[in-house]
Amino acid sequence: MALSVKHLLGIKYLSLEDILLILETAENFKEVINRPIKRVPSLRDITIANLFFENSTRTRLSFELAEKRLGADILNFTASASSVTKGETLVDTVNNILSMKVDMLVMRHPNPGAAIFLSNHVSANIVNAGDGTHEHPTQALLDAFTIREKLGEIKGKKIAIIGDISHSRVALSNIFCLQKLGAEVMVCGPTTLIPKHMASLGVRVTHNLREALNWCDVANVLRIQLERQDIKYFPSLREYIMLFGINKAIIDSLDHEIVILHPGPINRGVEITSDVADSSQSVILDQVENGVAIRMAVLYLLAGKVSS
Amino acid sequence: MEQRSLLNSEQFSITINRLCYELIENHNSFDDSVIIGLQPRGIYLSRRIKAHLAKILNNDKLLSGNLDVTFYRDDFRRTEKIHIPSTTEIDFIVENKKVILIDDVLYTGRTIRAGLDAILSYGRPKKVELLVLIDRRYSRQLPIEPDYVGKRVDAMASEKVKVEWKEIDGNDQVWLQTKE
Repeated sequence: MALSVKHLLGIKYLSLEDILLILETAENFKEVINRPIKRVPSLRDITIANLFFENSTRTRLSFELAEKRLGADILNFTASASSVTKGETLVDTVNNILSMKVDMLVMRHPNPGAAIFLSNHVSANIVNAGDGTHEHPTQALLDAFTIREKLGEIKGKKIAIIGDISHSRVALSNIFCLQKLGAEVMVCGPTTLIPKHMASLGVRVTHNLREALNWCDVANVLRIQLERQDIKYFPSLREYIMLFGINKAIIDSLDHEIVILHPGPINRGVEITSDVADSSQSVILDQVENGVAIRMAVLYLLAGKVSS
Repeated sequence: MEQRSLLNSEQFSITINRLCYELIENHNSFDDSVIIGLQPRGIYLSRRIKAHLAKILNNDKLLSGNLDVTFYRDDFRRTEKIHIPSTTEIDFIVENKKVILIDDVLYTGRTIRAGLDAILSYGRPKKVELLVLIDRRYSRQLPIEPDYVGKRVDAMASEKVKVEWKEIDGNDQVWLQTKE
């Protein structure tokens, strides 16, 4: 068994077998990171460059930790502190880094398709750590891993993605991943924050939070991506909170218990209140722990694939 | 494919019985000893040894676990196929314990090298010993020798030692197979 792809550019390009292989390998790595000594030497002769052209806390630390726990050498690159500000192009920047004998690239970039573009120009394995509003594949994989861990399996489960769908790469990757694993997906948010093409992806659409919560087994709550919004999409934050904010009262009024996910960063009191985010139904911190295991699995499986 | 028997079912159980008594000679009541089977095929021998020891010592509290060495292998990126890991189940710390590593066949010694590396992730053992059912002599690629041996075999590189287990293969039996 091996992955069918050389790069992890998006969930769209993975087969069901690829996704299952990553999830199963991640289970082994989860055992590894809970040992007294949390490190294995698998990638000891691999060098990985982390290219972050956009801010990140969780994803960046998580990838860095995953790489260290696999024994890889790492290079960290932050666009704001680099020659990109002097006008160097993406391909030039990356080719310079690759001349330093780097085997794999982990890249976050504000432009959708940046990872795909790069894969056409360089030979190293590329892991997309988020490209604009397009995809964030490792987030979707760790969400699926966390749901599977909590509910046993994903097939047949109902998952609602709630919030700013238009500007979210997490939403798109989640939809592809969960559908491939056999789940039903619904998106919920203001009309202005749900793209028209959602229905064509076979996703249910609602603008009523209570309807979404009553329907689902799992709610994946997203933040409003103000940094990607060039115009105002809803009248006021206060109105958004009233219509789409998840609080204890609405959770307690449901007839069944649901699992709450959030990819972070949380805007407490906006899309979710603290008492829900910190409740026993919330698996937000499990997601963070599982993120390291998932990224170890992705790096291990991509690095081990020797092109013949 | 030609094959000849190295151990039949009766010899198999005599061998396991003898290995258990050899272990007891060195480990007495197993108070600070643990049994670790190497995945994937060593775990059957490890389970069998544990069950037999439990019967002889009348003690069902022997510590045991399974260790997967996939992430410690030295051939990562050097072979076409990726090795998919099996589960590791060690729910104790091996610090200051006497560890008995168990595998079915000892050949090049590379799996055991990886196993030695892997076991250190669970603490610093007082001592590590190696028990194997079959030792393929004169084929080591690393300076590794077993402490307890079921049977020593001289086999050529073109031959394969196949250990079959009642639990999964229907019968306890060891074969020496000649590849076509």
